[in-house]
Amino acid sequence: MSERFKSILAPLLTLGLLLILWEAAVRAANIPVYVVPAPSLVLATLVADASLLFGSLLVTLAITCEAFVLAAVGGIVLGVVFNLWRPVERSLYPFAVVLQVTPIVAVAPLLLIYLPQPLAVLACAWIVAFFPVLANTTLGLNSVDHNLLALFELYKASRWQVLWYLKLPAALPQMLAGLRIAGGLSLIGAVVAEIAAGSAGAGSGLAYRIAESGYRLNIPRMFAALLLLSIAGVAIYFLLAGLSHLVLRRWHESALQREI
Amino acid sequence: MTEQMAQPSPDKITVVSLRNVGKTFANSVRALDGFDLSVRDGEFISLLGPSGCGKSTALRIVAGLSAPSGGTVEGIEPAAGRVGFVFQEPTLMPWADVAANVRLPLTLAHAGNADAAVAQALRRVGLADFARSYPRELSGGMRMRVSIARALVTEPQLLLMDEPFAALDEITRFKLNNDLLRLWRELRQTVVFVTHSVFESVYLSQRILVMTPRPGRLFAEVPIEAPYPRDERFRTSAEYAGYCRTVSEALERATGAAA
Repeated sequence: MSERFKSILAPLLTLGLLLILWEAAVRAANIPVYVVPAPSLVLATLVADASLLFGSLLVTLAITCEAFVLAAVGGIVLGVVFNLWRPVERSLYPFAVVLQVTPIVAVAPLLLIYLPQPLAVLACAWIVAFFPVLANTTLGLNSVDHNLLALFELYKASRWQVLWYLKLPAALPQMLAGLRIAGGLSLIGAVVAEIAAGSAGAGSGLAYRIAESGYRLNIPRMFAALLLLSIAGVAIYFLLAGLSHLVLRRWHESALQREI
Repeated sequence: MTEQMAQPSPDKITVVSLRNVGKTFANSVRALDGFDLSVRDGEFISLLGPSGCGKSTALRIVAGLSAPSGGTVEGIEPAAGRVGFVFQEPTLMPWADVAANVRLPLTLAHAGNADAAVAQALRRVGLADFARSYPRELSGGMRMRVSIARALVTEPQLLLMDEPFAALDEITRFKLNNDLLRLWRELRQTVVFVTHSVFESVYLSQRILVMTPRPGRLFAEVPIEAPYPRDERFRTSAEYAGYCRTVSEALERATGAAA
């Protein structure tokens, strides 16, 4: 049995065992559904409410994707601008940090007042997701081998050539790491904003379904929605990890398989 | 191959001339002080000195990568492609394959039809079959060959080498020494070779400039008059051993003189 297969099988077995224990405990102790629903009931609810829940999942995923793309483009472009014009970096970077460290849950209600709701949700998700892209891009662009820089200088490279042929490729691993973090954070930002918006009385995303089911004590549906969110998060992570591997596999240490 | 002497003749033109050059870094470390260097066209010289004697700094000044704090620098216009530089590390772009790494100087100069030049440079260093490999797939010696091919791809008039083989094992270093001499005799470019190895400098050079420790200045000049081609027989000859002793003693006095 290969190591790779084992590393997939082990967590699956653990999951299966936990689900069986959960199911058995709920049945044996006769725990009411509004306290803890059995896994089988969660699954049944997921199937029964499929059209409602998957519709909401699509709404949340659409916002997540939009926020992710905007965060990726914004973070990378701003990182490049910072690298090319240091005064811009000095003037703006502190504000990017402030934006990052202010808890988004606290900012969301304000944004919902000033912006139309879909835009406010998108803005929340973007604020959370964009900083890791910016920070990692900046780090990557600044950690270029100084001898390679000297070589480019020797051959009279223009600053655009230095950027295109040296800095951007050198920063690629860090940029991709930033994107991987941003993917998960886009989802979190979207969920946080939806919950904040949901309590203001509107919305149809998955987070809103969780909040709504909570008010109605529909606990199985809460679990079903939560399950969908987790699966979406995992899928985003693996998608971006796969992309990173695909781009870096020929040359970067992180993507190489070593013979031991 | 004809047995030809490759000694510098006095009428050869000077390609690089440093006079009374000083270099003080921002942290007020004096790397060079009153440093003189004159390199004639087509010769192979070594700068030899202990670590931190400013020999790398001198090389960077010659390349135009570093400005001297004082003195005059004259020489070939360091226009793109006239000077090749080989660093202590291979300094390759890990994301690009061997061909793209070698092509870099031509890419930056927007030179058309670079394929032939790249192929020829790779053939010269014996890596014709590795154009599509990535640096990490190569051994340390092969990576250094790629670095040399990259420096040669523009057919530079002056090749500057900063302890290029210091990190390699002895067998690989000897092999690369021989290849470098072969290339130099083929291409007739001027080579300034920085090293802290007495044995390497004697094996390769026509002239050895021994430097004092920081601040670096010229202490002695030792001409190595052994004929080329030099090979493993030269490495074990009494003549070679004699030169090594002369240079070692000069180095010892240079180090002592400053202490």
